[in-house]
Amino acid sequence: MSLKHTADSGATTPMGGSGQAPKDHNSALPDLYRTMRRIRSFEERVGELFVRGESAGSMLHLSIGEEAAAAGICAVMKLQDTFTTHHRGHGIFLARGAEPRRMMAEIAGKMDGYCHGKGGSMHIADMQLGHLGANAIVGGGIPAVVGAGLSAKRKKRDSVSVAFFGDGAMQQGILYESMNMAALWDLPVVFVCINNQYGMGTRIDQATRATNLHERALAFGLNGHSVDGLDVEEVRNRARSIVDEARGGRPGFLAVSCYRFYGHARMDKSPYRSEEEEIEGRKKDPVKFARDRLISEKLAGENALGTLDGEIGKEMDDAIDFAVSAQAPSLGSMFRDVYAEGEPEPEPLKIRLDRVLARN
Amino acid sequence: MVSMTYRDALRRAIDEAMAEDDDIVVIGEEVGRYGGAYGVTKDLIKTYGPERMIDTPISEPGIVGVAVGAAMTGLRPIAELMYIDFLGMSMDQLANQAAKIRYMFGGQIGVPMVLRTQGGTGRSAGAQHSQSLEGWIMHTPGLRLAMPATVADAYHLLRHSLTLPDPVVFIEHKALYAQKEEVDLDAPALPWGKAAIRRRGDDLVIVTYSRQLRFAMEAAGQLAERGVEATVIDLRTLNPLDFDTIRMEVERIGKAMVVCEGVLTAGVAAELASRITEECFDFLEQPVARVAGEDVPIAVSPALEAASVPGVDLIRDVGERLVRW
Repeated sequence: MSLKHTADSGATTPMGGSGQAPKDHNSALPDLYRTMRRIRSFEERVGELFVRGESAGSMLHLSIGEEAAAAGICAVMKLQDTFTTHHRGHGIFLARGAEPRRMMAEIAGKMDGYCHGKGGSMHIADMQLGHLGANAIVGGGIPAVVGAGLSAKRKKRDSVSVAFFGDGAMQQGILYESMNMAALWDLPVVFVCINNQYGMGTRIDQATRATNLHERALAFGLNGHSVDGLDVEEVRNRARSIVDEARGGRPGFLAVSCYRFYGHARMDKSPYRSEEEEIEGRKKDPVKFARDRLISEKLAGENALGTLDGEIGKEMDDAIDFAVSAQAPSLGSMFRDVYAEGEPEPEPLKIRLDRVLARN
Repeated sequence: MVSMTYRDALRRAIDEAMAEDDDIVVIGEEVGRYGGAYGVTKDLIKTYGPERMIDTPISEPGIVGVAVGAAMTGLRPIAELMYIDFLGMSMDQLANQAAKIRYMFGGQIGVPMVLRTQGGTGRSAGAQHSQSLEGWIMHTPGLRLAMPATVADAYHLLRHSLTLPDPVVFIEHKALYAQKEEVDLDAPALPWGKAAIRRRGDDLVIVTYSRQLRFAMEAAGQLAERGVEATVIDLRTLNPLDFDTIRMEVERIGKAMVVCEGVLTAGVAAELASRITEECFDFLEQPVARVAGEDVPIAVSPALEAASVPGVDLIRDVGERLVRW
């Protein structure tokens, strides 16, 4: 199946690849499962890339446990829609149609990555897919969707712009400025808080008294809701009405509650939370939940799913191979893209020094 | 030639650019109905309506952030920050987002926006409304920086800023808005990124920009009465920086001072002085003097305020001492 179809909607594309793929076209669950399985497998491979010492650094933030938010919301977005993400945004980008190879290459800091190795995991972007950028400043990417909403409204584009961020950003002021302006100007904008319970090592109830997050959006006049992130269909259904209404000029907000299965970044072993809590939290597994339901509702058999999972695993293994063998960017590329092509570029220090020292 | 103020030249630049380019919108506090805190956008809302003259809540980080998103998706916003001091609020959106987006994303997209703001002393506006923070901008790769000193440059540099593919911080000086000059705006302007030699002399080079140009010109006039002829360079833009013009004049003359309103330490004057020293070392007969703001916040007291930034007397005295060393 084409990746673009994954980005468009779960409704049009059957589960691809395997000859034994389920054929129930009335349910979106197979597609949603496939998207979530791809995210899970991709994130596991990102962990592997790090362990193998092939990633660019350790600031890799996995979205394992949060797949239903990415899959459910992206399934109701349209090709012309735009979005920004937080630093934990691999899954969202994949669900919008990103190529795992180019993502993994970017995470490895390679030339063939989406940003030619200059962005990495936390600054990945792709204008073709409407990805206005991942952000490493908590809340930093949120106001850009208000600007994108302003453009969409002015240019009558019928596109919605979605800001994805974590519960940490709920305590950043820029969110409230952005929600206020989106509501004031009736913009086609949706704010999505993926509440994985932790801003780094600080649990949500250690960061705020007001844990019913959507209530804050209501206070600004937005169409605010919360949904449990266990059941991807429930997320998708809730997101559909919010995104549709935003397209009509009523901005929305959705908080998706889930559990961050692993540490903040690769070096974090989560000493701030108990093993019991983690065991309990990981029971809230949206991928397993969807898989069990596919089987119980006879939308897919164990064998077909096993085949699918295997194929996805191979796809992601291939992404690792691609990233590992890809070239590092040339040192000369350092001075490109600070400014637009053709504009005066910064003078490399060594050239400056050669000039200065040659005088004496 | 017509007589025009700095404020009117800015307004005309915005008006003409908006008439030519439907994608230009103005986003900021009091830019529409109120007409701008300093009156620069007065009445533009009558021509362009509230859809293009967008009054915002008091949300400085949001104003810049919204402009960034709009610029990435096909508009060419002019975001207005009423006072440059509010950069303290907006710096994340400017320095971490606008300035870095093209680079972080591997050249996929730029942020063609202009952040108009104003700075400097002169109105007893106090420590939070009087700063000269251009050093913060100049210290951030990815941002272009224009600081017009003359009425004609207020017009030409703003018109040009509104054609550039990268974010431009456009810093006006609050004490210049009422400055009036005879100008012919249809006459060709110096190219963007080229410094102007406002006065030519053989004894001393004064490098400056924005309002300090006026003080430097007056000081140069007084120096001339004492037999000292100064070359005065108006940088016009700090990024790009026309160092070639500085180099040419310093190598010719051998004595240089840099005049800036921003505070001395680690500021624009420091950068310029060190570059001159580094690149023109063999030609210098004296140390490069930095004439800059005192390393203190700006006080409300008019006496303290005026004394905390360079003025005509100081520039003249330093110039004279450099020459008579």
